[in-house]
Amino acid sequence: MSIAITLPQLLRRNAERMPERAALREKDLGIWQPYSWRSYWEEVRDFASGLAASGFAPGDKLSVIGENRPRLYFAQLAAQSLGGIAVPVYQDAIATELAYVLDHAETSVVVAENQEQVDKILSLKDRLPLLKLVVYDDPRGLRNYHDPILKPYEAVAAEGREFAAAHPGYVEAAIARGRPDDVTLFSYTSGTTSRPKGVMLSHANLLSAAAVLAEAEGVRPDDEHLAYLPMAWVGNSLLSLALHLWVGFTVSFPEKPETLQRDLRELGPTIALAPPRYWENALTAIMVRAADATPLKRHVFDFFRRVAERAQLCGTEGRPVPLGLRLSHAIGEVLVYGPLRDQLGLRRARLVYTGGAPLGTEIFRFFRSVGINLKQAYGATELSGLCSVQPEDEVDLDTVGRAFGGVEIRIDDTGEVLVRSGGVFKGYYKQPEATSAAITEDGWFRTGDAGLIDRRGHLVIVDRAKDVGKLADGTALAPQFLENKLKFSPYIGEAVVFGDAQPFVAAIIAIDAATVGNWAERRNLAYTSFQDLSARAEVRELIRDEIRKCNAALPTPIRLRRFLVLNKEFDADDDEITRTRKIRRRFVAEKYGAVVEAFYRDAADVELSTEITYEDGRKAMLHSTLTIGDVDEPAPAAEMAAPVGRLVPVPAEG
Amino acid sequence: MALDFGTRAADMPDDAVLTVTAVSKRFGGVRAVEEVSIAVRRGAIASIIGPNGAGKTSLLNMISGFYKPDSGVITFEGRDITRARPADVAALGIARTFQNIALFGGMTVLDNIMLGRHVRMKAGVLSSFVYWGLAQREEVAHRARAEELIDFLELQDLRKQQTSALAYGLRKRVELARALALDPKLLLLDEPMGGMNQEEKEDMARYIIDVNEQWGTTIILIEHDMAVVMDISDRVSVLDRGRKIAEGTPFEVQRDPGVIHAYLGGHHEQEWAA
Repeated sequence: MSIAITLPQLLRRNAERMPERAALREKDLGIWQPYSWRSYWEEVRDFASGLAASGFAPGDKLSVIGENRPRLYFAQLAAQSLGGIAVPVYQDAIATELAYVLDHAETSVVVAENQEQVDKILSLKDRLPLLKLVVYDDPRGLRNYHDPILKPYEAVAAEGREFAAAHPGYVEAAIARGRPDDVTLFSYTSGTTSRPKGVMLSHANLLSAAAVLAEAEGVRPDDEHLAYLPMAWVGNSLLSLALHLWVGFTVSFPEKPETLQRDLRELGPTIALAPPRYWENALTAIMVRAADATPLKRHVFDFFRRVAERAQLCGTEGRPVPLGLRLSHAIGEVLVYGPLRDQLGLRRARLVYTGGAPLGTEIFRFFRSVGINLKQAYGATELSGLCSVQPEDEVDLDTVGRAFGGVEIRIDDTGEVLVRSGGVFKGYYKQPEATSAAITEDGWFRTGDAGLIDRRGHLVIVDRAKDVGKLADGTALAPQFLENKLKFSPYIGEAVVFGDAQPFVAAIIAIDAATVGNWAERRNLAYTSFQDLSARAEVRELIRDEIRKCNAALPTPIRLRRFLVLNKEFDADDDEITRTRKIRRRFVAEKYGAVVEAFYRDAADVELSTEITYEDGRKAMLHSTLTIGDVDEPAPAAEMAAPVGRLVPVPAEG
Repeated sequence: MALDFGTRAADMPDDAVLTVTAVSKRFGGVRAVEEVSIAVRRGAIASIIGPNGAGKTSLLNMISGFYKPDSGVITFEGRDITRARPADVAALGIARTFQNIALFGGMTVLDNIMLGRHVRMKAGVLSSFVYWGLAQREEVAHRARAEELIDFLELQDLRKQQTSALAYGLRKRVELARALALDPKLLLLDEPMGGMNQEEKEDMARYIIDVNEQWGTTIILIEHDMAVVMDISDRVSVLDRGRKIAEGTPFEVQRDPGVIHAYLGGHHEQEWAA
């Protein structure tokens, strides 16, 4: 699809065509307050004029940092109106990460949500020579800040109105000069392997990704979306910016992160996209509440959960659902599924996606079985977001669906997935080598994912191409597949699986503090801290049981044999996971090299010194001796002695 | 220390919003407060510190009208409030929080805050009945103010929660919101950080400073945590056994040998300096 319009041009068009319709909605003083398309445009115009008055020129970069707030969107579109580039950054990034991105992007204006973010930016000021202006939305606590670089949002908008009076039509003319092919947004990749890379996206990139999604999924102007994703994530720019402008539906903003669940219930959004982590957490929360419920309620929940799963299975296998099951399912709808969807704020949800990383099949199946139309989508920052999704009537737990119309997908001879579409990015900012390595001469983007296309034309992603390994006996091993299976357990927060070129599979497990803590309390197991809890023999036993359950569904060679319960959670501040909660496998393997070595040396425990980073950037060392757990299956030695490829019979487990 | 505890009205700053002059209070044979004089500047954060039983809370109770002084004079904005009743003191714009939380546990956060607006509500039973529109407009305006406070103290996610179900630190915050609902000119805080952990204390200190900056509210603070007092106060008065033994900036008070001796009992100079 060819796009002949820019984002700001689209905003103006929407403001003309439907001036009074609600474009955005925010909760102010406890009441949902709409911004019409006309006021959206006026706010953008005023701020753009204010930026122009302060000398913001085409090609200049403006960063926004904070939770989703209307003004951060006004600021982004204002910069884009003047031919500038919006660079949203992660609001929870620590100072050094932030300094890298802002410096690399050459940001000259930062629009910050509040004092917390302003403090962070001011602390980096000396390292950012190009930074000229820091604008803040919420003035609270900033009264006695006298840095000349600081300005309240209102002041910039007021200067803008003066500027516009003196230069009528300035912003409108700048918008008219914009070309769809201009770069308009840098989306920094979360970088599982290296420093973040600045993905340059044009108006046409973002809008064509939005257009194919709208077309394939039938997105409507009366849809509702609640913007709670990190603004720096490309999925957010796709939904809350590009798709929002393209289709013209209403985007609302949560009052604050803590009220998200209530805001979801109040609004009942019809479109939702969330990374797997969100669904994992939601499932965990449901399981915890079910476990805490009275025995009667728990039995009702468990019973109808099984009913839902059986009905779901009939559906996917194409068998008719037996009458009895259908009846139970109808009762379950009233007693369990409906209320559950309501609690999750997904009662009206029509289009629900998980994307960014694979979601474990069991988690996926659970949400679908209770009537949430959760679909796996596939995409990449370099593709302006999504490029494929499961078609409505062909939802399959193992695939990421079929390419949208206008998107081409092929698998090259090494098994890597290649995509060509209007969404393919313009390149990595200031990294031409990386760009030419990622985009082929004829415009295909190398995703770095290993995959295949099944009989129906669905794309199946196996793992990151570089992560797929082989056990010593030649059995193929996709670590992520196993990790997702493990993470279905409510007690397992994160897992990292090892086994490439090794005789068996082992995993480092980070327990879920909330559920395991809860479990411990129910057992009157006293503990002082996460570290203490994770080192308990009882907890190791609990995790061992969970791994056994997981193993039961796996072919023998890739069953987990050894594991370690880590004494901390994987933390983005320690570089172990990305801000979008993807494991940095290589980094973890390196950092916990001693553990991996101990796994395969058959050691009973391991000395571990890990560096942890506090939220304010201070670092500390954590020394401890951790016990490695074994899962009772044939000893690794016996396994190794067996001929390559032979399956060793496994004793039945009690 | 040869401090003159007599009438020092001449020394009182001209812009004092509250002056306490030679106030005394006895309970039977116990001299809880003796000849204490304090002046608080408009817009200041003034702290009163001292060991247990020094008379801090008694002094606060006299300012807010809960106790009547045996002798001495208290004026607020030039008006004598020595004998005023608590409700009248509140109506003049003096609000307080209590050492032991005094909230209505069965009511929601929002209702507790709305209750704090009660003094400011004009429509009585009859007028509410007759001038329905007026009463409703008033209710809306008060609700808007309550929402501003909820926003300010970041209680959005707790609006409809019963206060009895909240954690201690949060209840303290709700109590502050309720006191602020009075739109006070002077806010009396009796150990707002008592029983809090470090993080909660830092949050509360932040809110106190924010209240002071945002609305220019004058604040009198009784607190045990020295680090907090020294951090956020403009002026500190030290009481010991009912008497004021020192007064000054945090820097001056910290180095006052009389204070070090009386308050810490002698050999703790390093701790003070830390």
